Amino acid sequence: MAKTSPSLRTARSRVKGLGASGHGAGHWWQQRVTAAANVPLMIAFVVVIAMMAGRPYPEAVALVSHPLVALVLILAVISVALHMRIGMQVVIEDYVQDKGLKFAALFANTAYTVAVAAACLYAILRVSLARLV
Amino acid sequence: MPSSPRPTVTAPLSPHLQIYRWTWTMAMSVFHRITGTALYGGTALVAIWLVALAAGPAAYGWVAWFFGSILGRLVLFAYTWVLLHHMLGGLRHFVWDVGQGFDRDKRMALARGTLIASVILTVLIWALALLIR
Repeated sequence: MAKTSPSLRTARSRVKGLGASGHGAGHWWQQRVTAAANVPLMIAFVVVIAMMAGRPYPEAVALVSHPLVALVLILAVISVALHMRIGMQVVIEDYVQDKGLKFAALFANTAYTVAVAAACLYAILRVSLARLV
Repeated sequence: MPSSPRPTVTAPLSPHLQIYRWTWTMAMSVFHRITGTALYGGTALVAIWLVALAAGPAAYGWVAWFFGSILGRLVLFAYTWVLLHHMLGGLRHFVWDVGQGFDRDKRMALARGTLIASVILTVLIWALALLIR
């Protein structure tokens, strides 16, 4: 390979000629997998919310610290976080044309997703594990 | 022409939403993206609710007060519909993903069904939740 080439692409990747493709379907597939997981998880989530509404604090804590409820909530947070990050990434890539702005938006998307997921997971674990100590 | 300086070429833009006649499938496609974006923001409410629960009775009291207020209930009602609409839209996409439901009548029925079923289910869930209370 010519030393002057500014490209970081390997010779093999150049020969294959597929460009950046090869993992393009990864996000598409992950969006479907998390979508399928979200259906039962979000139905369970709605049931939990409906059960919690209007309950006093100790009862709300007791409900979320039930192992089955806590586990379903944790799974829901992970699946939803993955799903919404990809979804918003597609929206950003469709509508934000400016390169710098797009980079910032994609970064903000990841930051928001991680922050929301971490806050939810921390809270669920805090509430459900505190009762053991 | 050959002697004149090359005119700057503005890339042709593909026609966007405003040029097309609205159809059910198009409207539901737009709705799917809007509801997805709304749910993306809505996860912050879930995080606030869970973190308040982990923070203690005082913080939880404020959050429970807000979601119990008229505005809070309106937000939750809208949230329920948006969630169900996005979920049903996702199920419609699963039907299309496996190569079914592309005939004119079927895709129209799927698109209309998404909206009708999401409204019916939302009302049903709220009626049920209020009845059980």
